[in-house]
Amino acid sequence: MMADTPHLNICNLTMTYGDVIIQKNLNFTVNYGEVFIIMGGSGCGKSTLLRHLVGLMEPSNGDVFVGGVNLWQASTEERNQIISRNGVLYQGGALWSSMTLAENIALPLNEYSNLNQKQVQEVISYKLSLVGLAGFEDYYPSEISGGMRKRAGLARAMALDPEILFFDEPSAGLDPVSSRLLDDLILELRDSLGATVVIVSHELASIFAVGDNSIFLDPDEKTIIASGSPKKLLETSDDPRVKQFLTRTI
Amino acid sequence: MSAKISEKYQIELLSDGLNLQLSGDWRFQSDIPDLDSLLRQILDAHPQKLSFDCQQLGRWDSGLMTFLVKLIRSCKDHNISVDQGTLPTGIQKLLQLAFAVPERKGAHRAILGQPVLAKIGNVTIEMHRNWSDLLAFVGELFFGFLNFLRGRARFRYSDLFFQIEMAGPSALLIITLISVLIGMILAFVGAVQLRMFGAEIFIANLVGLGMAREMGAMMTAIIMAGRTGAAYAAQLGTMQVNEEIDALKTMGISPIEFLVFPRLLALCLTMPLLCIYADFMGIIGGAIVSATMLDISFFQYFQQIQGFVPLRHFGIGIFKAGVFGVLVATAGCFRGLQCGRSASAVGFAATSAVVTSIVLIIVADAVITVLCQLIGI
Repeated sequence: MMADTPHLNICNLTMTYGDVIIQKNLNFTVNYGEVFIIMGGSGCGKSTLLRHLVGLMEPSNGDVFVGGVNLWQASTEERNQIISRNGVLYQGGALWSSMTLAENIALPLNEYSNLNQKQVQEVISYKLSLVGLAGFEDYYPSEISGGMRKRAGLARAMALDPEILFFDEPSAGLDPVSSRLLDDLILELRDSLGATVVIVSHELASIFAVGDNSIFLDPDEKTIIASGSPKKLLETSDDPRVKQFLTRTI
Repeated sequence: MSAKISEKYQIELLSDGLNLQLSGDWRFQSDIPDLDSLLRQILDAHPQKLSFDCQQLGRWDSGLMTFLVKLIRSCKDHNISVDQGTLPTGIQKLLQLAFAVPERKGAHRAILGQPVLAKIGNVTIEMHRNWSDLLAFVGELFFGFLNFLRGRARFRYSDLFFQIEMAGPSALLIITLISVLIGMILAFVGAVQLRMFGAEIFIANLVGLGMAREMGAMMTAIIMAGRTGAAYAAQLGTMQVNEEIDALKTMGISPIEFLVFPRLLALCLTMPLLCIYADFMGIIGGAIVSATMLDISFFQYFQQIQGFVPLRHFGIGIFKAGVFGVLVATAGCFRGLQCGRSASAVGFAATSAVVTSIVLIIVADAVITVLCQLIGI
């Protein structure tokens, strides 16, 4: 780990769909081992920003540095290497529907590790037990509930002990207790694996519970209007939009 | 002075403006009066203020609300102040909600009023993008193929075997039915003509040649386009909607290698085999017609085919089937990966996969036929 360079460094990032600008001039850094929250109202481009950070979309302007390497100036192979060290949990879990949970988790392990099949099976049951799904190895994603799918997606995202974990609306569709359990799990993962965590969320309870640092995107200004620790933002921010969001008032 | 205009409302002229008296039920089910005539009357009177009297008002729903929103909006446009204080509190609150967030500028889309030239231009740009996307896809496939040759392509052999099973054995029944019928139809059509010359035996040549060179491969390809090509587009399209493709990419696994390649290989391997089977079934179909309509025995029929339909014709058909297999799989997977992120986009992807496949099949068939003519086989 390089202590002086940030884990993620976003410089002047502008995101567009066709001619429509989603967000522009985004500048922020995410340090190693930090839980970083991207917040903002619905439709302000949070998920789009996440897609840029994980390397699914190429910025129309600006750069994304991961561990000091410019993602889009690296060769395809190098980029794939960087990307494969990420773990991403998508909104709906995005499990591969033609494979069982075990096969879902086995795929990244088979691709990027030198484990033999017996070891892979052991890792699979360990990862599933971490998210409370021990014994569900042979179920297909269509056979389990939405919340379970999400947790299985997390097990897959953690399969390779990633350096950065990205979460797209982790609490969406979860009941309050499961959502709280997921928050605890995120913090434990950060503490035990030393992973950096980036979360897209508008779930206030979990934002305050886990967030070390954050940015706030605004759909009208199309850029970051506030940044800092969520708790501190709540106390000190003068911006009425941020206050409204964080205190749930109108 | 008051004028009764409709049983639903009355306009009363006051010293400082107009008073609108609402009465009876204002619901979607009851008749709601036309606003335009009322509005004209109000505007013609040039009042400064509009107020309401709702004592006679019966039950109401959004029928009344849409009427009031439109009325208040027009009054504002004409600088007539509206006194909402006399409306029932429920209506006041709903009106507040309706006017709370002003319409976002530019939110209305102006696509409907596009001139024809602009539409043609847009379609052309879209087509151009489509073709360059397809070319890019073919390029990626090529690199995937190179990786495969070097033994570095990442896909699961279990996927390949599953796809082969889906594309091959599972399609046999429909291929049997269609091919036998096509063979019979060819024989029927030929029989009527050949009988006039007493050359019935040549029915074997007609059916044999037709099936081997053209119809076997062509019918197999069209069946597979509708059956398997559409399925590929729908499978990959659904994966796109569920972010499963994104999940692959963020693991550094190429969807081309992992998803497209097993499907492409499966069709490439099974189509020639299916074509041989279809040829054989078509020839049997012809034999049935020959035996029942023309009194040509099975033995005569097959001997005629053996003697006059050389093996190279079968070879050309089988080669075509391989090419068609690549085209059907490419079109299906391309449309699937190109799919948008909604349920209707999946349907569209499946449809356009079939259309693209069939167009490519016919064009490729024409090209191969001309090439065969040129080199004389």
